[in-house]
Amino acid sequence: MAESQIKSYNINFGPQHPAAHGVLRLILEMSGETVDRADPHIGLLHRGTEKLIEHKIYTQATPYFDRLDYVGTMNQEHAFVMAAEKLLGVTVPLRGQYIRVLYCEMGRILNHILNVCSFVFDVGGMTPMLWGFEEREKLMEFYERACGARLHANYFRVGGVAQDLPAGLLEDIDAWCDQYPKVIDDIETLVTENRIFKQRTVDIGTVSAEQALDWGFTGPNLRASGIAWDLRKSQPYEVYDRMDFDIPVGKAGDCYDRYLIRIIEMRESVKIMKQCIREMPSGPVKVDDRKISPPPRAEMKQSMEALIHHFKLFTEGFHVPAGEVYAAVEAPKGEFAVYLVADGSNKPYRCKIRPPGYVHLQALDMMSKGHMLADVVANIGSIDIVFGEIDR
Amino acid sequence: MTQVLKDLGDYIAAALPNDVLSTEVNRVGELTVVVRTPSIAKVLTFLRDDSGCLFKQLVDVCGVDWPGREDRFDVVYHLLSLKHNQRVRVKVATDEETPVPSVVGVFSSAGWFERETWDMFGVIFSDHPDLRRLLTDYGFEGHPLRKDFPLTGHVELRYDDELKRCVYEPVKLVQDFRSFDFLSPWEGQGLPGDEKAGSH
Repeated sequence: MAESQIKSYNINFGPQHPAAHGVLRLILEMSGETVDRADPHIGLLHRGTEKLIEHKIYTQATPYFDRLDYVGTMNQEHAFVMAAEKLLGVTVPLRGQYIRVLYCEMGRILNHILNVCSFVFDVGGMTPMLWGFEEREKLMEFYERACGARLHANYFRVGGVAQDLPAGLLEDIDAWCDQYPKVIDDIETLVTENRIFKQRTVDIGTVSAEQALDWGFTGPNLRASGIAWDLRKSQPYEVYDRMDFDIPVGKAGDCYDRYLIRIIEMRESVKIMKQCIREMPSGPVKVDDRKISPPPRAEMKQSMEALIHHFKLFTEGFHVPAGEVYAAVEAPKGEFAVYLVADGSNKPYRCKIRPPGYVHLQALDMMSKGHMLADVVANIGSIDIVFGEIDR
Repeated sequence: MTQVLKDLGDYIAAALPNDVLSTEVNRVGELTVVVRTPSIAKVLTFLRDDSGCLFKQLVDVCGVDWPGREDRFDVVYHLLSLKHNQRVRVKVATDEETPVPSVVGVFSSAGWFERETWDMFGVIFSDHPDLRRLLTDYGFEGHPLRKDFPLTGHVELRYDDELKRCVYEPVKLVQDFRSFDFLSPWEGQGLPGDEKAGSH
């Protein structure tokens, strides 16, 4: 047979492709079935969050953070309220901190379920998706019972959380924590040693430790490359320094390791949640400062001053002293941070959001070069991207 | 921690006397190093490789607009040292015309961050391998995060059924954007009679 010349050509991957996890438009330069260059075009979901926040008071800014990474919502509110709290110099009461940690870990599990299951779905396994979503639904009910919303919680407020947990919720969460590891076991029996899954993921999209640092990887993706780094351990915030948990670290830095890290992290998160419930102290859930957090409803019926405070807090809002701060949390996807510049008024002067998925997607070109077209799908699935936070 | 960061700031300033303009640890305990704009790549290389710093990760680059200043933009770099568990913020100032040297050669992660800063603020980065717009629409004009760019934007997009394609039109709002001024007029000024309140 005569030798034929293979011409390189471009493929438009997405924005409607189901494996593009939303609205990723990927321009792939292919030679044959091998990827020469992957150029993600992002911004199709750009809503100008940072600009909007500059025109809103601090209290009105937190709901925007739910709409970034809409999978693990409270973790992002956390970064923003922490930034404002640092500038205000307030400390959240202990019960508020425990509730925050409890719900952050719940957010991590919510996120990891979605990622692991949709990743497996992308490479051909349908069942984990069905099992995982049942558990997500239960977790979102816990969200709903705490704050009234399944997804867009707006539960964390500057100075604490919006309201205390209702009676009986902790017991139900505790019961869920007992049965959830069994569900992880079930998913693992299907996936972890599955030959097809391993063929699709082992040695695919390998990122060395040096590359991971150079490309700014954080979170599970960094840990999969063999670097033990977790902000919950190294720069602990809230009550993470009291929590007893381990940080899984990978060896190869390939798609399979990233999957394993997330599975183990879910088990560790369950441990943290159980410890939070065990040690949950009683007491207030937000700071007792009427210039920052609103008075309780009952008080407003009686006290004129409380009514004025409430009115001023939800019209003018509170003033944050001038200064700049960089507040980072270990969100499920990696380091989610807010760089806040305050000018002493009631609105942020500048609020830069540092999304982890954005940085990871940037490295897709490096990860996919030389791989086959089908491996690009595995890479996208394993780096855990959500377009709400990437496009902002 | 604050003292450690102060020492680190002094150390950086002493090692690069011609490039560093000032170092400061602010009241929330974060180190900021202000450097001369042309030296940014050199400073970041030093911060990455020097054994006393080892800031191996560039976690964030962003712009801040200060329209009242002559050099109206700050470009802010956030670095993280896993080895020493420290963060540092590096700042350079520039205006609309003066380019900032790109640091893609130092940190690969700077690529998209610089593209975004160009897109949002119009800060030019010299020697950037691929300085295209990133988040805004294809063919977008203007730089939305500048303070003089209106929140509502300039154009809106709709599907035209006759032309069978999307068309851009100037923004038409049924109601103009309203910015409420809730600031108390008496805030910080003191009411008549207040002079006696604090003196007892």
